[in-house]
Amino acid sequence: MGYMSKVLLSAASGAAMLLGGQLGPVQAQDGKDANFVPLFTYRTGPFSGSGIPIANGMRDYLEMLNQRDGGVGGAKIVIEECETGYDTKKGLECYEAVKGRNPVMVNPWSTGITLPLIPRAAVDKIPVLSMAYGLSASADGQTFPWIFNPPNTYWDGLSVIVKHIADELGGLDKLKGKKIGYIYLDAGFGKEPIPMFEQFAKDLGFELKLYPVAATDMQNQSSQWLGVRRDKPDYMVMYGWGALNPTAIKEATRINYPMNRFISIWWPSEDDARSAGAGAKGFRELNWHGVGTDFPVLKDIQKHVVDKGLSKVAKGKEGEVLYNRGVYNSMLIAEGIRNAQKLTGKKAVTGEDVRRGLEAINLTPERLKELGMEGFTDPLKLGCADHNGHGAAFVQEWDGEKYVKIGGPIKPMEDKVGPVAAAAAKDYVEKNAGWPKRSEACDSK
Amino acid sequence: MLYRETGQFKTSYKADMAVFPIRQDRIGLAIILLLAFVAMPLFGGGFLLSAVMIPLLVFALAALGLNLLTGYTGQLSLGTAGFMGVGAYACYKLTTFFPEVNLIVWILASGFFSAAVGVVFGLPSLRIKGFYLAVATLAAQFFLQWCFIRIPWLYNNNVSGAIEAPVRTLFGMPITGPHATPELRYLVVLSIVALLTWIASNLVHGRIGRSWMAVRDMDIAAELMGIRLLPTKLLAFAVSSFYCGVAGALMVFLWYGSAEPEVFSISQSFLILFMVIIGGLGSLIGSFLGAALIYGLPIVLKSLFPMLGLSVGAATVEHITFMVVGAMIIGFLIVEPHGLASIWRTIKQKLRVWPFPY
Repeated sequence: MGYMSKVLLSAASGAAMLLGGQLGPVQAQDGKDANFVPLFTYRTGPFSGSGIPIANGMRDYLEMLNQRDGGVGGAKIVIEECETGYDTKKGLECYEAVKGRNPVMVNPWSTGITLPLIPRAAVDKIPVLSMAYGLSASADGQTFPWIFNPPNTYWDGLSVIVKHIADELGGLDKLKGKKIGYIYLDAGFGKEPIPMFEQFAKDLGFELKLYPVAATDMQNQSSQWLGVRRDKPDYMVMYGWGALNPTAIKEATRINYPMNRFISIWWPSEDDARSAGAGAKGFRELNWHGVGTDFPVLKDIQKHVVDKGLSKVAKGKEGEVLYNRGVYNSMLIAEGIRNAQKLTGKKAVTGEDVRRGLEAINLTPERLKELGMEGFTDPLKLGCADHNGHGAAFVQEWDGEKYVKIGGPIKPMEDKVGPVAAAAAKDYVEKNAGWPKRSEACDSK
Repeated sequence: MLYRETGQFKTSYKADMAVFPIRQDRIGLAIILLLAFVAMPLFGGGFLLSAVMIPLLVFALAALGLNLLTGYTGQLSLGTAGFMGVGAYACYKLTTFFPEVNLIVWILASGFFSAAVGVVFGLPSLRIKGFYLAVATLAAQFFLQWCFIRIPWLYNNNVSGAIEAPVRTLFGMPITGPHATPELRYLVVLSIVALLTWIASNLVHGRIGRSWMAVRDMDIAAELMGIRLLPTKLLAFAVSSFYCGVAGALMVFLWYGSAEPEVFSISQSFLILFMVIIGGLGSLIGSFLGAALIYGLPIVLKSLFPMLGLSVGAATVEHITFMVVGAMIIGFLIVEPHGLASIWRTIKQKLRVWPFPY
């Protein structure tokens, strides 16, 4: 019985040992200083529609820094993609594969992969950058010194959406008696805002209708939209990912739901709206950074990466929402490294240095201009307590070809979101008895 | 050659019916256990232990559970991941209710919860067979996953909707949580898997296993010989679910560290079914071989290309893995329907009579 199995096991493990042998700390080929940035990406599987543009954007920005400036602060960036397929077990395998090679940080790009990494980050000394996803409570830097999720959380996003609806109606008090539908991915990500949403419904007097979509049923939402047709909500709010988004937009056009009352969190891409045809015109979503290539940073990427054939991005896809989101993510990576270099005086930095570097992120308007991101995004300042920034978001509308920004930045309702976030962080600590108190020193007072 | 039984005479019925009648097999098993228990933790290293060996053992245990049901009793099940989930959530609830009890007790106890759920969903197996039973177990899969998402009590009302393994210790050393060493986690998993494999071996070689196989081969004939179908089938469901449940608890507590309901999705069930099919239906070694092949192959492929000096994109490797595994499943179904285990049996037989070809 177990006999042969184990022969094969040991053979396989012997082979793996051989393979493991060649994994050492990363250095640039010419032996100079380098910083290793592993990118957990998913170009395969049911979520690849969202994963591919993000992967391209992240990679291309870092590659652009390598090509244009020779890396960050004179140290090349060693970029390595690891395919997760949005699958937690593959993500963990990726993490185990890179963690011994002095990565400056990890970007899991999946809430399911982020959660197991949260307790490990402090032990392995590898910061986790889960940009506007993951555990919303991890915005609290005093409790989660190693986790960063700027520039805003899903709760912030929800409060911005509610504010936007109120603005359209002419004030928060006008929400009374309205009906708002919420269609969401029935997983941690989509369910997280519900308690907050219910609180808003109670405080502001609107009725909340829930339309959960199971991950296995993302492409079959007819029953949910039948419900929408019956309930006739005044507004629809969506928290979706992967195939959920295009399907929902398509179904909304099919029942002639007024698209300018259909508002999503920041994940739908151009392709998601485009596939629904002309009827999708007017569809709205949140965003916190520019779309299109009309920014110096995007021009540089085109010049140094895309035109040289170093990118995997399809022609004309650079500048799309999720591509630019990848660029934004990588800009944070590079800023974290740069700050770490400044703080330590070293060129090749470690995860511990970059954790301090991320806490020191301060994207002033001047800094954004230097980065070629003037008008691309709002200023952002992180600190030891605030790992998020709780920045403003704006609403953009699909005009049939591209997303157009409508209206100015809307600040999250800090008074409503703050207590919920604090309670969630406290709850996490309570449930994980023995959660360590922050022992990491704080650079910025 | 080395592997031959010349001169090994069986003088008792017991010796003749032993699980390992040939001395070389017993020596080999001892060497392998020694390697697994001593050499591997000493020389294995973090990546090998936590990203290869622990997952492999967990999947092997789940595959073994499914094999008892599908391979030995002939009841096709697609609910494996759901039963694993029951084990994981039961263990989570138990250890958060009673944190002072050792986690290993709860891991094993959670198997009983899974077994109970398995029996309930096994009830239709008396009336329906084959594809129809597969559909009934598919219902179990969807229903259980729905529960994991929809019943907040199961995950202690966590905002994230996921279960997180709290820190638990064994002899004062942490076995879960971030401070647990890969070596210790590996040894715990290995001990549980070895123990359960030994029990499974005794089950299938005894009266219970024979009645399972009788039901598998022809249930009417089995009934005429006095095997009561319903208890036999339900026992198979219970034992199988027990194994899957323990595998699920091991998965969340000693491997993942935390899990969303999505982990226990239908694709996981299929993955384990493929392991059983490729490894060999109705074979305990097959479960290990299948898990090693299906889980290990992508990892080997991933490191193979850089070793050969080829720069292949991470996504391309993934596509290649899909194609290779898909081709292998079809290939095995055509060429060797009894899986890797059958190939191993053939090799062994050839070695025994070597150099003669009969």
